[in-house]
Amino acid sequence: MSSDQNILVKLNKAGFNLNNKWLVKGVSLQVEKGKIVTLIGPNGSGKSTTAKIALGIYKKIDGSVEKYTNKVGYVPQKISIDWTLPLRVNDFMVLTESLNKETIDEALSLTSVIHLKDKNLGDLSGGEFQRVLLARAISKKPELLVLDEPVQGVDFTGEIALYELIKKISDELNCGILLISHDLHTVMSATDHVVCLNGHVCCSGSPIEVAKNNEYKALFGEQASQILSRYEHRHDHIHTSEGEIKKN
Amino acid sequence: MLDDFFIRALIAGIGVAIVTGPLGCFVVWRRLSYFGDTLAHSALLGVTLAYSMEFNIAFSVFIISSLIALTLIQLQKRTNLPGDALLGLLAHSSLAVGLVVIGFLSFIRFDIMGLLFGDILAVTVDDLLIIWIGGALILLVLKLIWKPLFASTVNYELAEAEGLNPDRAKAIFTILMAAIIAISIKMVGLLLITGMLIIPAAMARNISSSPQKMVIYSIIGGLLSVILGLFSSLEFNTASGPSIIAASLFLFILSLLNIKQSIKLKN
Repeated sequence: MSSDQNILVKLNKAGFNLNNKWLVKGVSLQVEKGKIVTLIGPNGSGKSTTAKIALGIYKKIDGSVEKYTNKVGYVPQKISIDWTLPLRVNDFMVLTESLNKETIDEALSLTSVIHLKDKNLGDLSGGEFQRVLLARAISKKPELLVLDEPVQGVDFTGEIALYELIKKISDELNCGILLISHDLHTVMSATDHVVCLNGHVCCSGSPIEVAKNNEYKALFGEQASQILSRYEHRHDHIHTSEGEIKKN
Repeated sequence: MLDDFFIRALIAGIGVAIVTGPLGCFVVWRRLSYFGDTLAHSALLGVTLAYSMEFNIAFSVFIISSLIALTLIQLQKRTNLPGDALLGLLAHSSLAVGLVVIGFLSFIRFDIMGLLFGDILAVTVDDLLIIWIGGALILLVLKLIWKPLFASTVNYELAEAEGLNPDRAKAIFTILMAAIIAISIKMVGLLLITGMLIIPAAMARNISSSPQKMVIYSIIGGLLSVILGLFSSLEFNTASGPSIIAASLFLFILSLLNIKQSIKLKN
């Protein structure tokens, strides 16, 4: 375990109740500097809600949130820009913080969308927009990055490149990342800690630990476990767990 | 020079247009046109109170409109009625109460047409001071809250997550709306103030590619509307408010032609 001063945000038995329905309940987790924590779980399992609790967007919560940084970059799951608002990529980049041209260009180059700088946000494709969102979040060099399905709609090769970029950013900026993702392959290869949600925390731990967990298998099915074990395979060349998983 | 009522009206109108330009953009972006209407309707109550207590009209309207705005925010939190129903409730009840109060004030000679549609003859040197000093204050405050307000207009959660305090910006903006209605009521009249906010901004949207440009075009559109409107008001002896709004509608139609052209060019 790392020391307490590395903690960026910490949830203690946090939950959020909307119109008498618990979107998520009893979630405890923490994000530390330089670490990637990934939330996985089926649709409606409370992943985005958990992220919003961590960000302080939801205030009337059960339990508590301790946040130790104000330098936050956020990529929301969905964002729609009204037609009435003429907004170019360049305007969007400086939305929450003033940045100089070099910083903007650098971030847009990292996510390969520098050529879209003067385009209207409404004219971008889903994947392009997603890259712009990511560029904006990393351009302010945050201490905490919260990425809610950051590569949705991005093409296959782009997806791999962006996950590599996320990993690189976490190392270079030493920032903590709270990631929500459906792509178990990538999640498991790059993540330090996995939290599996289904309205509450089903299980959590290192990717390998979670993969072996029965609740995880019940939630995601046999194949998902094998994906993970394959990663274990690649990383430390231990073959035992694969057999165990097949048995289950 | 200020002795001439027309010069006074022109200076007042220019002051109003400079402020309604940027505020109007936010009204369009945040879909607040009916909210503006509600505040404007409640202004009637403010005017009647000003008359009955011999108060300054702009100040009294500002207080009443702010109160109505704050009431609305509270009601939104406490009831499940949809926003437009609440707005309608407040708009028409405050208008009705204002009209009832006017009935009681039969001893005062009331120019109700001037109140509803604006009266350039009524603009005094004091009004000019209120418009220009008040307007400068509104713009200053708007500049201070621009970043959180604009960011939360684009996406509330993004602004909140990244520490910009959008709720405070929204509350302050609400007060600014009450203020602009208070200072422009004599020029445009309470039924047409929202038009002065929305139409130049809508015109500007048709021809701008960035938020900054939209604000600037909106100001220019407002200025042109005021100048055109006031001159035609003088020429044809029409009420100042409708003349200004009609002029802004004319500019809006022109901006639509621009859109059609650019669509043609694209294809």
